[in-house]
Order: sequence, then C-alpha cells, then structure tokens
Amino acid sequence: MLAAIGVASIDELFEEIPEALRLGRPLELPDGKPETEVYDRLSALASRNSHAEAETSFLGAGMYDHYVPALVDAITSRSEFLTPYTPYQPEISQGGLQVMFEFQTAMSELTGLPVSNAALYEGPSAVASAAYLAIGATGRRKLLASRGVHPHSRESLVAYGVGYGSELIEVPLTSSTAATNTAAGQTDASALAEAIDDETAAVFLQQPNFLGAVEDIELLASAAKERGALVVVACDPIALSILKPPGECGADIAVGEGQPLGNRLDYGGPSFGFFCASQEHIRRMPGRIAGETTDVDGRRGFVLTLQTREQHIRREKATHNICTAQALNALAGMVHLAWLGKRGFVELGELLVRRSAYARERLAALDGVELLHEAPVMREFAVALDAPVTDVLDRCAAEGIGAGYPLAREYPEYENGLLVAITERRSRQDIDRLADVLAGAVADLRGARVAEGVA
Amino acid sequence: MMERAPTTVDGGTPMQRDSATTIYERSVEDRRAATLPEAGVPERPLDEVIPKRLLRQRPAELPEVSEPEIVRHYNRISRRNFDLDTGFYPLGSCTMKHNPRLNERVAALPGHARLHPAQEPKRAQGALEVMWLLQQSLAEICGLPHVSLQPSAGSHGELAGLLLTRAYHADRGETRTKVLTPDTAHGTNPATVTMAGFEVVKLETNERGGIELDDLRAKADDETACLMLTNPNTLGLFDENISEIAKIVHDAGGTLYYDGANLNAIMGRSRPGDMGFDIVHVNLHKSFSQPHGGGGPGAGPIAVSDRIEPYLPRPQVVRREGRNGGEPQFDLDFERPKSIGRLRGFQGNFGVFVRSYAYILSLGGDGLQEASETAVLNANYLLARLGEGRAGRYTPVAFDRRCMHEFVLSGAPAKKELGVQTLDIAKRLLDYGMHPPTVYFPLLVDEALMVEPTETETRETLDAFADAIEAILAEAEEDPEIAKGAPYTTPVRRLDEAAAARKPVVREMRGRA
Repeated sequence: MLAAIGVASIDELFEEIPEALRLGRPLELPDGKPETEVYDRLSALASRNSHAEAETSFLGAGMYDHYVPALVDAITSRSEFLTPYTPYQPEISQGGLQVMFEFQTAMSELTGLPVSNAALYEGPSAVASAAYLAIGATGRRKLLASRGVHPHSRESLVAYGVGYGSELIEVPLTSSTAATNTAAGQTDASALAEAIDDETAAVFLQQPNFLGAVEDIELLASAAKERGALVVVACDPIALSILKPPGECGADIAVGEGQPLGNRLDYGGPSFGFFCASQEHIRRMPGRIAGETTDVDGRRGFVLTLQTREQHIRREKATHNICTAQALNALAGMVHLAWLGKRGFVELGELLVRRSAYARERLAALDGVELLHEAPVMREFAVALDAPVTDVLDRCAAEGIGAGYPLAREYPEYENGLLVAITERRSRQDIDRLADVLAGAVADLRGARVAEGVA
Repeated sequence: MMERAPTTVDGGTPMQRDSATTIYERSVEDRRAATLPEAGVPERPLDEVIPKRLLRQRPAELPEVSEPEIVRHYNRISRRNFDLDTGFYPLGSCTMKHNPRLNERVAALPGHARLHPAQEPKRAQGALEVMWLLQQSLAEICGLPHVSLQPSAGSHGELAGLLLTRAYHADRGETRTKVLTPDTAHGTNPATVTMAGFEVVKLETNERGGIELDDLRAKADDETACLMLTNPNTLGLFDENISEIAKIVHDAGGTLYYDGANLNAIMGRSRPGDMGFDIVHVNLHKSFSQPHGGGGPGAGPIAVSDRIEPYLPRPQVVRREGRNGGEPQFDLDFERPKSIGRLRGFQGNFGVFVRSYAYILSLGGDGLQEASETAVLNANYLLARLGEGRAGRYTPVAFDRRCMHEFVLSGAPAKKELGVQTLDIAKRLLDYGMHPPTVYFPLLVDEALMVEPTETETRETLDAFADAIEAILAEAEEDPEIAKGAPYTTPVRRLDEAAAARKPVVREMRGRA
C-alpha cells in the first residue's frame, strides 16, 4: 500500500504535521488488552456499583427503573439499527426514517401536539432548547420557570441562557400553609400571574413536578396565554398515559426526558429527549424531523424534512446547532410503546397511580414520617422525615433498600425530605418492606438525635 | 431507459422492497403484546386519586399489535436500512469505524445498565472510576489536562466550549463578541456561535486548503472571543501553520477551539493541546467506536487547558486520595463557583463512556496510534487508487496534497464532461452496495465528495470502492442516464424532498380509529 501511495514509510505520511507538533513518544496509556481481560476489568468495576438488581430501589427524580422488555434489546441490537449514521441517503435509510416517523406519531399522540421531532439528546437540554424556540418566536428574553421544574432543567436554562441573553425567574411552589388557589406542592398560580409580563417569552412547567405533584397545567397556562408568552411543559412520558395531554391544556411546547420509555438507567444516559409543538412552530423546531413523501415511481417513502432549519444548510441562521436524534434510544422508546400498546400503556399508568397511592399512605402512617405535600401524585411522592435523611438512607441501603432521593441535594428548604418513586417493578411486598425498613431507621435515628440533644 | 441500463450490480445488497407500512397500520383493536403485573394493592377509581379534570378523556392512539407482529415489523423495516456491519461506509467526517461488540456487552452489565444516576457516589464507585479513567485517557490523547464528560455530542461540546470561552473572558472583565470560523467549517460551528450569543466572522481558505493567514491577521482583534478550527480540517488536510494561527489568536486575546471530529487522524501522533488549542471536543461516536445508532446516541466530552478549567460544567468527576492510606474515593464535585453550570441532566451519556473506555482499554496507547496510522494509510491508498483512470480525470482531488484520514474530490469535471453530478455518482453507488461519501461538503469545493475510509477497512474493500467509482464513470461515458436515474435496487428510489418540505406530513394518520 505504501508503494501505491509512493512513500517509504508510515512516518512519511505524517510529515504534513510540523516536526515540533509531532508527539514523538508513545501515548502514556496502558498497552492493549485481549477481550477477556477488558471484560473482566469492566465487570469488576461494574460490580462496585449498587444497581437496581442489587438493591430494591425507589430512586426516581427524573429517571425511573421501568422494565425494559426483552423485545427492545433484540430490536435495538440489530446491526441495521445499531450501526448506520444519520439517514442522509434516504433510499437506503427507509428503516430508520420510518422509525422516526412512527416515533413522531407516538409522541404527538402522547403530548396532544401535532408536531414532534425525531428526538434530542435528553430531557433538560430539550427544556433549554424550547427556550431558544420561544425567544425566537416571541422576540422576548425573559423566562419563568416553576420551582417544580427539575433542577437540572432549570440549571440548563440558566447555562444556555447566557448564550441566549435571557434571564430566568423562578416561580415558587405553594407551601402547605399558604392560602392560594392551588394545593400545597403545586406551582403557585398567583405568584406566576404576578411574575409574568409583556417581556416574558415562555413559562416552564413540569408534569408531574419534581415533588411528584400533578399540576393543573390548564390553570397555569391561562395566565401565560393572556400575556402572549409560550407555555412549555416538561412531561414524564409515562404520566401522559393517564394525565390530560399538555396540548389539550394550552401548552405550545411539550418536552421531556424519554428514558422511562424503553431506555435503561445507564447511570443517566444515553436516553432521548422529546420535543413536540403546535403547528405554527414547525419551522422553528430544533433537530431532525422525518416526513412522508413519494419516490420517482410513486412509492411511499420517508425523508429528513424541513432541513433548511438545520445547521448543515442554514449554518449561523439555523434553529439549533444539534445534529443528533438519539435515533436508537427513540427506537427503544417506540418499541416499548408498541409493546405496551394502547391498552397496556393506560394499564401501566393506572398501576403506578394505585401502587403510589398505597405506598404514600403506608409511609405517611409511619411514626416520624409525614407527607411533604398533599397534592395528587401519579408515580412519585415526597415525604418529610423526622430524622437526618442521609443517615436514614445509609441505614436503608444496608438493608438492601434504596429508599429514594434526598430532596435537600437540590431543595435546601426540604431538609429531611425524601422523594420516593414507584415503578411496575416495585411490588406491594417491596413497598411493605420499604415501609418497615424506613420505620425502623427513622425510629432509631430519631431516638439517637433526641438522645444526643439531651446529652 | 430502464430497459437498456444494467441497473443491478454483482455484490449489491438486496434490500427489502415491500411498500412501506407503519406499525399503526398493523394495529387491530384489542391486540396486545405486554402483560403487566397485578397491582396487588386495593383497587380504587383513578379520579379518587387525581381530579378528573386533570385526567385524559381518551387513551393515546398507540398501536395494538402482538409481540410476533412487532418483531416482524421492525425486522422487516430494519432490512430497509443500509448499515456499517453490512457494507463500506466511507462517509467523510463521520468516522464510520467498526463497532466492537464487546463494548455492547460491558455496557449492558447490570452494574452499568441498571445503575440509577442519582445513586449516592459512594455506592457508584465503579461508575465514577470508569468516568475518571476515561477523563484521564482523553486528557492524555488530547494533550490537555482537564476533561468534562458532560456534553452529549460534538455540537453540545461546541456549545460548552463557547460558553466556557464567554465565562473566561467575562471573568477577566472582557466582553468579546466575535467568533472566527473558516469557510470549510462544519455547519455546527456557525450554528453554535449564534446559539452562544456570538457573531460569526468567516475566514478564507488559502491555496493549500489551510487558513489564509493574512485574512486571519486582519480579522483577529480585541473583539475576537475565539477561533473554532478542525485540524486536520474538513478537507482532510493538516494546517501546517497551526502554531502561527494559535499565536495570532492568543495575541489578540482569543481562545482556540478544536472541533475534534477529525481526531481519528492524529491519535498518538499529534495532540491538539500541543498545537495550542485551549478547548477540544471529542466525538466518542467517531474516534472511540460508539455505534452511531442511525443518528445517536453519541457523546462529546471536552478537554481544556488550565486557564479554562475553573469554568468547566458541573458536576466534575474527581478522585480523592484515601484517608490513612485507604482506597482512593471517586466523587462528584459540585463546588465549582465559576462553573458555566449544567448543560444537561445527571452525569452525561455514561453508557457511551463505558463503550469508549472499553475501546481504549482494548487498543491501548499503541493500538490507538496504530488506528490513526492505518486510517491515514487507508485514506492515502484510496486517494492514490482514485487518482488513476477515470476517477483521476472526472473526480480529481480538490487539493493536491497528501491527505490525513480523509480527502475531498471534486466531481466538477464529471458534471461538465459527462453531465453526471456528484449526487448521481452517490446514488449509483447505492446500487453497488456501498454507502456514498459525504457529498456537497465542504462548501468551497465544487461538487464535493468527501471520503473517509477509516482504519477498519481492508485493502480489498478499498479496491472494490475504487473499482465501483471507475465502473460508474465508465457507465456514464456510455450512458449518463444510468447514474442520473440511480438508484434502482434500493427499497425506494429517489424521493421527492421538495414536496415533503412544502407540505410536511410528519405523523401517521392512517390506521387511526
């Protein structure tokens, strides 16, 4: 091969690089290893993680331990889906393009909005991308976000907002003592109405919110609508099985973290973000969109469409810089939804509501455990412990229970708050065991604290 | 035309040619695949728990299909996709290298796949160690000491890079508004500049395919925040003036951003940090073998210099020495007061990190270097092969230099002399069972064909590609209509993209109740 090129050595090929910039030494990395050793090394590292098969986990906070059907693995591991690039050559990418089209249809059904893209990176960055659309559509730069919006989404809004030149104003949640028109734990509607003005580009809400409370989106959206601001709702897609879709509540944009649909936890990624909007925003959408058309023989086919929005055509005038569609993760979501089907999806939602209601009552009945809010919940709820939450969590972990998410990590106002998530993998027996272990831990640690205080 | 054209080709991949039917059209009322567990708790009406006005009035229209039908449906449509495991995929700038299956296996271990991202760091030590080790490896490969794994893709890394640049200047009390990008840049570069609130200033390309230094000198000033550059650039050429470029930008007070899309050319041979770059993004789905998945997932970690480090996204994975000679502990560091904050949820695309770290472990430092060397060897060999015969005449190389891992041909002579455009050549390649190169990019090359063979292809495959191009051009000499009507053997033929954009149909309405 060197002879065909007309060089004597590999080194000669790298003479294009000025000598001073050649590394001239081997990389300081270990030598390559055979497959068996790489497997053993990573397997040993993996075994040091306390995962959802090693403990009974009630962690949620935006990602959930749902059952991923075996079917999803079988389909997503097919070379034809796993190894192609973005479908730039539609004639040989009809499989991937059709999956995008089916996925868009499903997300549109879930959110009640007519236009979906073929997915973004993940949830919080999708929220921040909605702000970019809203600023472009309204020419305004003020953003309002409920404190019930996932902290990672609010932080992303702030970080991206430095580039957008936008400011973020937080709308509080109602506390249990405040006399307002919404229940405790939900977004404070009167504070929202007060904060919104003619400079507001968008109002960001989350359904259910970070504390698990189901929001009255219709009520909150109406205030925004009056002032010409867009309403963006970040949704848990599983909750859309039974909750009124945001498109029917006045939302202009629905986004969210797609992980609960067919994607494993993977310590946070990869998953997908979804992005749906009303028809008027279709030409401002970020990301890939598949559309239907016909070929020269009149046969039905699919293409990436409205590409003049995108970076590879429009460059600095693009609606977003994204190229990724998380196509494989969106496929996993689509297969999961097809597996659940129209009825199974609703049944899953109902199952979560019932088990969550049961778990919430079980925990609230324990000594030293109170509900943090009494708003309706779907699959996750918050309690306040009368004991140091991190110690309680350690105690539970020692018993093989991941009791939930300590709210103080992101919400200092809920010092010993615990967020508990339920999936179809957490049986009644699991919930009963959580209640028993939690009761014991709280009782012990509460006692310890009192004793310490006395001493 | 169809009668005389020898439209099928030996070795072309027969793909599934049924008419397209979506899963919604296969839906039949009351069919299902899933059986859910019993709730096992007291039944109660939904609206007793959640007020009725907050509930859906009708279920979402999802398909109603049995499991065997779902499997059959997706298997059938999968065979309407061309993929890297089936054939040559020399898509320039995309680095379509083989995806080792070991990486899928280790990513799927329950300790990785079922680890919750909010797990306490002390109960996720293995995961944090993988992240830390990957950070260390990327730092060494890039020649920059600090790495954040958070960005989810190259474009996300670019946005992070420009926000870091903004934070860096702001911290020094400076407001700089302009970002320089060459006219050969990936489209993501200018799009990112706008998203990050800067203004694009375009730089010209010189006759050797590099940055025009006089143009750079004229445009780099105290308003310049950053220069974004790919090196080797999108022409596959190493800009030998890089040290001078870095000096001009640094003297003007700007930062230098490296688009790592082409890192696969130089691993173990040269390092962006040593070239003077302050910020680099790495596409783990290119150089580090994460499968592309039909357009995602990927990951776009960034490596930065000391002066940029304080602004890195939050949280950062850190290693703390063990107390009293104990084991070192890995942790997530949120105490970063100057950080640009967060650009996504949780810790990034961890599954991608596992695959990429497994790849780095498998190859080792020497293997990574060999990968780049072979990538450059393969590209130069293919370039030499395509310099012969009809390809050399009708699709000559755009800049006649030794290339790195990819090269750009110009189909302008083919268009002029044969009446066959680059698009036609690309479409005809589909009948030969090969994915075409990237076409019509970079923009400054007329009728561009950007070819990146990667290191995992054999000489026989490269020869077959060169032979296919030769055959297509020979056909075109005889009858240009063959290429202009191509493809013939694919699931569908050329599609009406204009109609799709004019009246967008972006969701299925068939099969609805």
